[in-house]
Amino acid sequence: MADYKTPQDLLYVKSHEWLKVEGDTATVGISDYAQHALGDIVFVELPDVGASFGAGDAFGVVESVKAASDIYLPVAGEVIAINEALLDTPETVNSDPYENGWLVKIKLAGEPAGLLDAAAYEKVVAEEASK
Amino acid sequence: MHTYEPPIFELSGAGKIGAWLPETGVPETALPADLLRTDDLAGLPELSETEVVRHFTRISQRNFCIDTGMYPLGSCTMKYNPKIHEDAARMPGFAFIHPLQEDTSVQGALRLTYDLQALLAEISGFDQVCLQPAAGAQGEFAGILVFRAYHLDRGDDQRDEVLCPNSAHGTNPATAAMVGFKVVEIATDPRGNVDLADLRAKVGPRTAGLMLTNPNTLGLFDENVHEVAAIVHDAGGLMYGDGANFNAILGIVRPGDVGFDFMHYNLHKTFTTPHGGGGPGCGAVGCKTFLAPYLPGPIVVENDDQYSSFTPEKSIGRLKTFKGNFGMFVRAYTYIRMLGAAGLREISENAVLNANYLRVKLHDLYPVAYDRTCMHEVVLQGKLKGAPDIHTLDIAKRLIDFGFHPPTVYFPISVAESIMIEPTETESKRNLDAFIAAMRQIAREAVESPELLHNAPTTAPVRRLDEVGAARKPILKYDRAAINGLRGDKATTDDQLEQPTY
Amino acid sequence: MSHYISITERDRTEMLKAIGVESVDRLFDVVPAEVRFPTLNLPAPLSEAEMARELRRLSAANADVLTNSCFLGAGAYNHFIPAAVDSILRRSEFYTAYTPYQPEIAQGTLQSIFEYQSLMAALLQMDAANASHYDGATALAEGAIMALTATRNRRKIVVAPSVHPQYRAVLRAYTQGLGVTIVGDEDPNTSVEEIAALVDDKTACFIAQSPDFLGTLHDLKPVADKVHAAGALFIMATNPIALGLFQTPGQVGADIAVAEGQPLGIPLSYGGPYLGIFSCTEKLLRKMPGRLVGATTDLNGELGYVLTLQTREQHIRREKATSNICTNQGLMALAATVYTSLLGKTGLRKVAEICYQRAHYAAAEISKLAGFEVVTNGPFFHEFVVRCPRPVTEIAMALEFASIIGGYDLAQDYPHLGHAMLVCVTEMNTKEDIDRLVAALKG
Repeated sequence: MADYKTPQDLLYVKSHEWLKVEGDTATVGISDYAQHALGDIVFVELPDVGASFGAGDAFGVVESVKAASDIYLPVAGEVIAINEALLDTPETVNSDPYENGWLVKIKLAGEPAGLLDAAAYEKVVAEEASK
Repeated sequence: MHTYEPPIFELSGAGKIGAWLPETGVPETALPADLLRTDDLAGLPELSETEVVRHFTRISQRNFCIDTGMYPLGSCTMKYNPKIHEDAARMPGFAFIHPLQEDTSVQGALRLTYDLQALLAEISGFDQVCLQPAAGAQGEFAGILVFRAYHLDRGDDQRDEVLCPNSAHGTNPATAAMVGFKVVEIATDPRGNVDLADLRAKVGPRTAGLMLTNPNTLGLFDENVHEVAAIVHDAGGLMYGDGANFNAILGIVRPGDVGFDFMHYNLHKTFTTPHGGGGPGCGAVGCKTFLAPYLPGPIVVENDDQYSSFTPEKSIGRLKTFKGNFGMFVRAYTYIRMLGAAGLREISENAVLNANYLRVKLHDLYPVAYDRTCMHEVVLQGKLKGAPDIHTLDIAKRLIDFGFHPPTVYFPISVAESIMIEPTETESKRNLDAFIAAMRQIAREAVESPELLHNAPTTAPVRRLDEVGAARKPILKYDRAAINGLRGDKATTDDQLEQPTY
Repeated sequence: MSHYISITERDRTEMLKAIGVESVDRLFDVVPAEVRFPTLNLPAPLSEAEMARELRRLSAANADVLTNSCFLGAGAYNHFIPAAVDSILRRSEFYTAYTPYQPEIAQGTLQSIFEYQSLMAALLQMDAANASHYDGATALAEGAIMALTATRNRRKIVVAPSVHPQYRAVLRAYTQGLGVTIVGDEDPNTSVEEIAALVDDKTACFIAQSPDFLGTLHDLKPVADKVHAAGALFIMATNPIALGLFQTPGQVGADIAVAEGQPLGIPLSYGGPYLGIFSCTEKLLRKMPGRLVGATTDLNGELGYVLTLQTREQHIRREKATSNICTNQGLMALAATVYTSLLGKTGLRKVAEICYQRAHYAAAEISKLAGFEVVTNGPFFHEFVVRCPRPVTEIAMALEFASIIGGYDLAQDYPHLGHAMLVCVTEMNTKEDIDRLVAALKG
């Protein structure tokens, strides 16, 4: 099995998004495993700044040549920034999913709940990758 | 014949024209100055007839086609396209009649349409056929709209779900969604049938219908089709038959006899109207009497030897202009009339014989997803022993080097690394044997010299193409700078063009 | 055995042995016995010569536009088709190929579609065109659905009554399950400008046609501006031949532009197969339904073409796809590509000019006839409305005797016009044909 990066300081969701909470805002992206499973990313569709989503809502789409994957917001919140650089260079999600490949920043509308820590998420990945 | 042919725009030269047009020949009327086009038709090329014909002939030679060789695309039924069909569709009374002419002036065309409706109804066991839908996907759309109209007409307005097996073609769920239904996926059982337990768990008062391809996209005849239909009907739902695989069962079984209420026919598959590089098709539909009032219109009817068009009373409406892809009707009609009942059955017998022959000659090397007698196609898996880095894509590309069009790959999506092979009845045993030999050699190469597969194809007009680059920076129309950007040092220079600023 | 089958008796025996069944019938054991091998009640098969005779008989029972003068249009047009078009279409390499799923051996189809997209984008002056739809009407309906998706929560569609009645019917059929309201075409006397005033913040799109169903040309620029000001999309339906001379969708600021492509080198064929031209702005590109071909390079750096942006499509996105469309009208798109290339810049303008001039000559001559009145007011392209002294069906019969296929009877679609006939004149109608029509109308 390939080694996927799973930074310890982030929170994860089973649907392969990560979340970095800073006060009442959070940055959201997709995990190294997710970018790897999708393959070469060719397009990222992001919401408008100001849009609000509930926990578990799809807020955008990440596309490779042969697949399109909805991305879900793990917590309720309002979009305060989107990573506009990805519109021109979506491949950054492949090369740097946790830093320059972030997708959106949100203002949290509630307490994040039901998220996984790095160790728990690694187990999810190990299970899926062995299928 | 692999020479590069530039985009037609680079062959343009000022003042050339490829058509000989008449003079206006009448007194001139002034043009309305404020409504004119202002760009001098920028971007449209100027070429002589010679150049245009040569350009398209040259690029045509960069295509593989049925007349070149075996084209075993699963679920597409790439059989031989008889030549008389092409002559027939171009007869003056077919190709050069206007769709809005009075019915009395097109009795021959209406008669042909009426007869084809009747022939298709008889072959499939339905009561009424409508030929209007332009393609399979539009036939599906017609069917699901009819289901909706039927339920609503009976005051049954709680049915908002359509069931689709997970092996279904993508058009099935996409169609249901386009009609406004929620799609519920049904699992496949270990023998490749609809999973009855899962079906029973998901069917109910919200079920508008089930969309089933039978034989299904695994190439298998559903062993429980009667029971599937009974479960759906007991819940008040309707049975939609996707006729994509009808080529397996002509004269073998009629969908109308095994519980389907509605189906579409792909005239471009089963009845061999040519695929034309991706259309035109014809997705005619047939149904039982109780659904006929909802069919799209017009339909052709006969009264005292006079043929005319009519639209059913509760019709879902019109799905395209006029009566449908009439040119396809002529071809399909010709095919059925020349074959008759025995000829049709022979088609399916040979289609199924050919597919099973491939199955037994390849299943020791290529896992068969569900290894039992298949219908007209067989689904293998590109998982070769001793070749972990070889994928279905590599096998497909290597087949090109052996002179075969690859089968359908990565569909159905419910089977990993699927290779879906539909040889059709028109292939000879000699060709099937050559295909088998190629597949077996590829399996050997996968272990011994995998680079042959990874690098394939090497004998085609171009090598593997950069699909990622194409999707990241889409170039969807001719733009000299963009094309030159792709070609790098091979780019067309100004002095190679008659109009360098083009 | 049929002459399309290449398996001998001996082959069959060997194959059955390899499969391990004793007869072909046994391959179908899985089919419930009570319904297996039905007797099909079909006519006896015909040999090729017999079939050809039967087809000629059926063909001869139709009045064609080659031996009759045709003044019928209304959405399908009798234009000149250079012989080179069909000569290319009859190449097996094109017509017996399928969708270019394996780009390495489908460069012919892919390059021709790329050129088609380029030509249509240039002709309509739009940013991008897809690989085609079934016909103009379905392109229009899919354009409206695309507008619903692109504008999200807007569920109203405003359509002008001068849009082809069958297009409006298809629009309604396509959207019947989507919970949308379609307004604007209730009263045929309302002008495009008046209808545009119905566009509000609940409106997804406004649909207008120019030249419209009755042949009239409209300046749609002010209308498009009004629609945009309300945050809705403007969809324009047009005729590709008219674009040789008149305002293009790009010029007026259309977001989505559609057209029936049949006039571009495709025979009338009693209504199909035709071609749906579909185009849009760059901004809407990723919401566009249908297939798209893009340019790219191969491993050796050679220019090549592939199907691209496929994640919009049903085979990947399934129930979330932008449309269920799969088959396009490949061969018809090729016809339009060859036709447009043959005519080119000069030819396209010339055809439009001949149509315009001859139609205006015909209108002038007809309006001189007692009892006949040309009621189209304002500029028109190659169709115009004639009010007749008698029901059009009666006139049509008289014309039939003179080997003339008369104009379209508007009685059903636009009864408010009285005994009205929509007359179409193209470059296929010579001055002599027109004079003969005028004489026959005179009676």
